[in-house]
Amino acid sequence: MSLRESRLDRALGSGARAPSAPRPFADTLVFAWRAVLKIRHNPEQAFDVVVTPVMFTVMFTYLFGGALVGSTEAYLQFLLPGILVQTVMFTSIYTGFTLNQDIKRGVFDRFRAMPIWRPAPLAGAILGDVLRYTASALLVFGVGFLMGYRAEGGAGAFIVALILLNVFALGIGWIFTAVALMVRTPGTVMTLSWLVLMPVTFGSNIYVAPETMPGWLQAFVAVNPVSHITTALRGVLDADPALAAIGLALLTPLAVTAIFGPLSMWLYARERG
Amino acid sequence: MKHAIETQDLVKAYGATRALDGVSLQVRRGEVFGLLGPNGAGKTTFVRLLSTLIRPTGGRASVLGHDIVADAGKVRARISLTGQFASVDEELTGRENLMLLARLLGLSGREARSRYGELLDAFDIAGAANRQVSGYSGGMRRRLDIAASMITRPDLLFLDEPTTGLDPRARADVWAITRRLARSGTTILLTTQYLEEADQLAERIAVIDHGRVIAQGTAAQLKARIGSGVLRLTLHDRDDAARAGTIAAGLGLAAQMQEDPRMLTIPLPDADAALPLLAALAEQGIALVDFAYGQPTLDAVFFALTGHGAQGEAPVSGPQEPAAATEVSE
Repeated sequence: MSLRESRLDRALGSGARAPSAPRPFADTLVFAWRAVLKIRHNPEQAFDVVVTPVMFTVMFTYLFGGALVGSTEAYLQFLLPGILVQTVMFTSIYTGFTLNQDIKRGVFDRFRAMPIWRPAPLAGAILGDVLRYTASALLVFGVGFLMGYRAEGGAGAFIVALILLNVFALGIGWIFTAVALMVRTPGTVMTLSWLVLMPVTFGSNIYVAPETMPGWLQAFVAVNPVSHITTALRGVLDADPALAAIGLALLTPLAVTAIFGPLSMWLYARERG
Repeated sequence: MKHAIETQDLVKAYGATRALDGVSLQVRRGEVFGLLGPNGAGKTTFVRLLSTLIRPTGGRASVLGHDIVADAGKVRARISLTGQFASVDEELTGRENLMLLARLLGLSGREARSRYGELLDAFDIAGAANRQVSGYSGGMRRRLDIAASMITRPDLLFLDEPTTGLDPRARADVWAITRRLARSGTTILLTTQYLEEADQLAERIAVIDHGRVIAQGTAAQLKARIGSGVLRLTLHDRDDAARAGTIAAGLGLAAQMQEDPRMLTIPLPDADAALPLLAALAEQGIALVDFAYGQPTLDAVFFALTGHGAQGEAPVSGPQEPAAATEVSE
């Protein structure tokens, strides 16, 4: 018996329960902190958040820049807003992945049996996502800056771009959250999410202008929400913001939130066997 | 309010399956109440209902005087749940797990640090406090899990199969902790598949099978119904068997011959009855090679109570005396 019973008695004797009531803000912050801890403990995720965006920025710029628009400098100027979109999109998968893992492992049972604000685990995860998206975006900006990217719109444009990115990614993220609450394994969440993300990311105007694409693909690119947000970001960062483009870019995330937000909350509150 | 838990005809159905089929129980404040049953008997469903994770299909239940449906929030404020699968965060360290839960329970940063320090120390996890839980042994994980339930002392603690899958030493640790918890005044609802565990820890036991309570009482009362154990003797000389049987009969015990002519099994009302018998055998010069006393298995308990085994097999056919069911299977 390695346990020292006197210490055990003392520890069990104290800790009388203070009347604790759900505290929406504080509880959400705790779950956001938990999301950050998880990134720190999960090297894979840290890799995706830190390394992948840097890799894409560097690789695409130097690989395709010359061939596509004649110079890597000009291509970087075109590519970087799109890489920002791609980065937050890829990162948004983790919301669903983590959520599904949590539910599977029984730790959510403990949270759900505690006197906390009920939506706090979801709200905290979303706040954690904001931190993650912002960190990834800042990193891409940083690398882009070192490589010669200049945002003509300046610091203001930069902040507006960050906000647009977060709104877009948080909105789209609800899809993965809903998926995570419906399917059985975290692996399935990943697979399904990539199935959606790959075509909408690459079938967009992120990497190339769509003029040389076949007509059917041009049509897809034209209605793809990823193209809309990319166009809006280019406008903002190039000091040529178009309100119509921004409005169009925000339409999809808001619509997705309106549908998948309540659906996710319902799925979350629903009891599991 | 006398009862920590009070349920009346509690039902939980999933489609046509009734996981819980009309359970009425009372758990007194301050006691350790054991819910004993095989896998799939409805133990976890019962715990999930009372900890407000799921809602009943029928019947009523109150926890510490609060209705589990209408006052779920008040119930949650006063219970802690240690689930069947360790309900701690695998990816976080032990310290982070406790910190997280302490903050959710409203402790300030400083209070949380002092409290988790105390708990890590008391539950012997301090050495692994900064390691991720995924690398913990089963016993450490379970200790952390229970420590997490005690950050603020609950009025009622659910321990859902706390020792399933643990090695004997880790099991002994959990038992010691449970006894200390009980002494500190916390009411405990313990579920288990092990008769010995319920016997060791619980003041009162309900045996549950197919979502129904099939027997209820103190360990002593249950044992009186099913017999407490069996003494198995191996004699040195096979010719002594008949004489040993007569000696046992003289003490009011019924010896049963086994296929091996040197072996006898004798059901006992309690372990104390073994000593006079062994003394009498020695006095009469009957030499033993070996003797063993064993508790009836859960299977034997179920056989005695229901006429079928714990896994729900068909009743054994043939003329079986009820007493035979208390024998440890050979």
